[in-house]
Amino acid sequence: MPDYKNILSNRYPLAQSWTLAVAERAGAYGPAKKALGTMTPEQIKNEVKAANIRGRGGAGFPAGMKWGFLNPKPGQDVYLVINADEGEPGTFKDRTIMEKDPHRLIEGCIIAMYAIGAHKTFIYVRCELVLSIQRLEAAVKEAHAKGYLGARPFGKDHAMEIVVHPGAGAYICGEETSLLNSLEGQRGEPRLKPPFPAVKGAFGMPTIVNNVETIASVPDVVAMGGEPWSNLSLLPPEMKDGGTRLYGISGHVLKPGVFEAPVGITLRELIYDFGGGMLHAGRPLKGVIPGGSSTPVLRPEDKVHAPDPKSPMNKWHGKSHLDVPMAVDTMRNLGTMLGTCCAIVMDSSVNMVEASRNLMKFYHHESCGQCTPCREGTGWLEDTLNKLASGRGKASDVDLLVDISNNMMGNTICALADGTAMPMLAFVRKYRKEFLEAADKGLSPSQTRLDEAVRAALVGAARAQSHASHAVGGAA
Amino acid sequence: MTTPAQSIAPLTLTPDQERRIDEILGRYPTRRAACIPTLHVCQEAIGWVSPDVIAYVAQRLGMATSEVQGVVTFYTMYHQAPVGKHVLWVCRTLSCDLRGGKTIQEHAEKRLGCHAGETTKDGTWTLKKAECLAACGYAPMVQIDDRFYENLTPEKLDALMDRIEKGEMPTQEETAWVPNTASS
Ligand SMILES: Cc1cc2nc3c(=O)[nH]c(=O)nc-3n(C[C@H](O)[C@H](O)[C@H](O)COP(=O)(O)O)c2cc1C
Ligand code: SF4
Ligand code: FES
Repeated sequence: MPDYKNILSNRYPLAQSWTLAVAERAGAYGPAKKALGTMTPEQIKNEVKAANIRGRGGAGFPAGMKWGFLNPKPGQDVYLVINADEGEPGTFKDRTIMEKDPHRLIEGCIIAMYAIGAHKTFIYVRCELVLSIQRLEAAVKEAHAKGYLGARPFGKDHAMEIVVHPGAGAYICGEETSLLNSLEGQRGEPRLKPPFPAVKGAFGMPTIVNNVETIASVPDVVAMGGEPWSNLSLLPPEMKDGGTRLYGISGHVLKPGVFEAPVGITLRELIYDFGGGMLHAGRPLKGVIPGGSSTPVLRPEDKVHAPDPKSPMNKWHGKSHLDVPMAVDTMRNLGTMLGTCCAIVMDSSVNMVEASRNLMKFYHHESCGQCTPCREGTGWLEDTLNKLASGRGKASDVDLLVDISNNMMGNTICALADGTAMPMLAFVRKYRKEFLEAADKGLSPSQTRLDEAVRAALVGAARAQSHASHAVGGAA
Repeated sequence: MTTPAQSIAPLTLTPDQERRIDEILGRYPTRRAACIPTLHVCQEAIGWVSPDVIAYVAQRLGMATSEVQGVVTFYTMYHQAPVGKHVLWVCRTLSCDLRGGKTIQEHAEKRLGCHAGETTKDGTWTLKKAECLAACGYAPMVQIDDRFYENLTPEKLDALMDRIEKGEMPTQEETAWVPNTASS
């Protein structure tokens, strides 16, 4: 097990870590004092640029560059909006920051507001995360009482306020423009871009939207300096993917959870070192979704093919996809995405038709319906998978899945459609045999249970039997 | 769906709830932006978003009732019909399903004698299927009212539901995730 020092999550294990007194004793608000007391906004922005923070919300956009797009006209307010909608299946990392160290996020907001010239932050939290909302609201109050927010934070003449805003249950509101509409009290439908939020965002004003973890990293960037923080990453500096981050791992591993490690560990390390290895010795790894359900699945037996020495992937030529460092660009080169860096691990008990059916049901439910290819496509994918699973399918339906997916990509308002189609294509391409088998004879009852392999352990082997026969049936 | 009688009540807000709505209104540059949080306060008050709630929010925020209706129908956390005293959401998205989401749902259905989407005859429980609740590493999990219960087995769920039926509200910490200290 590699031994890395926790930086971003170093306060998690402290008793009452979410209170200001405990957090401050462990270093909180030192960086904010330094930033507001001794640095200019320009200097802070330069450190954030040098830190090479790739956005932690899934798209991996460089935070420093995003901040640089702001160019408010005289008289315009600037807003900071924190995306705490955490809803991408498989992803559960931002919640740990809000529950265990809300002051790190508040401090990040203070530094960021000062740097970008904002006086108000809206933290948009999905409303199901009640504990996160309570802890954030309490933390904002404490910070106000201390004078870290309000008219003159840390003595600086730059008034600041933070509003914790609850969502209302819609995955699409994690998409930044949908989030802005939702914040304004509208239905959460994504907006056409351009204009980008940096030009016309919340309430028509220039706005920076960043993920919770992105902003929670800013205090450490200020404390350490941008370049040293960037160099925590295991990747060479020219890859511009810096720092330390939270990794999540769920599914069939022994120790699922959230772990902090430098940017650039491999999926193998995440699964076998941090995650403790596969749940069951007799059931090997079949596939891993690297960064939330919108990222295409990887197979352990697939090898990097990059014989050309000029290829950026040449270093890993011939190696398993599991042995490539996890980075925004490397994952893209493998045909998937780093996404939220929260992996879903599936062992040999999983039927991939059923796994993809579970996810396509989700996307169909969550499509906002504005764009025809997405609205129709997600529904059609779900229907086709239902047909295959129930034995009503035929071999041509497998190609239909591919056609539908191809038609969904590239012509929609937001990235939900691509985030549905790309994983679907990968499932079919990599596990085609299983889809053809389903077309031939449907799925058996046990294949339609993703928890078939763990059920006995959950309910006790003997009772599993009687339970199955008495269950209120039918609900899929 | 059975309709428990106790939740059909006209909207009456306590002074504290009125004050909270005033405070919410003060946070945003537009009145309309208060729509979602105000709806939450009203739902908390009477258990669902009734036509009364929609009329009240529209009038209070200067919106058309159709606009408020449009917001309410877009989001899944607003109950558009009365629900049971407690709402039990079982996460059924991939990570949870790999670790027993369906088993948990079936167990709850058997215990309550109703399917997901329904309310028990006595009006105590409404059972619903949830989409990923950001607890994927602590699966299987459920949300009961405003708390998460994680790392469940059918037995643990039974124990929690027994206590809740007796009027207790077990804390989220009891079953919650703990930080990994392995690498610190
Ligand atoms: C369908 C969809 C859902 C998204 N959900 C989230 C989310 O829950 N949290 C998040 O931070 N970003 C989410 N994003 C990404 C945001 O649009 C945006 O890129 C991000 O908040 C920017 O912050 P960052 O640059 O700090 O990562 C989502 C994107 C899409 C297309
Ligand atoms: S791609 Fe889908 S979710 Fe995104 S705006 Fe279009 S219909 Fe809505
Ligand atoms: S899949 Fe159940 S909490 Fe994420």
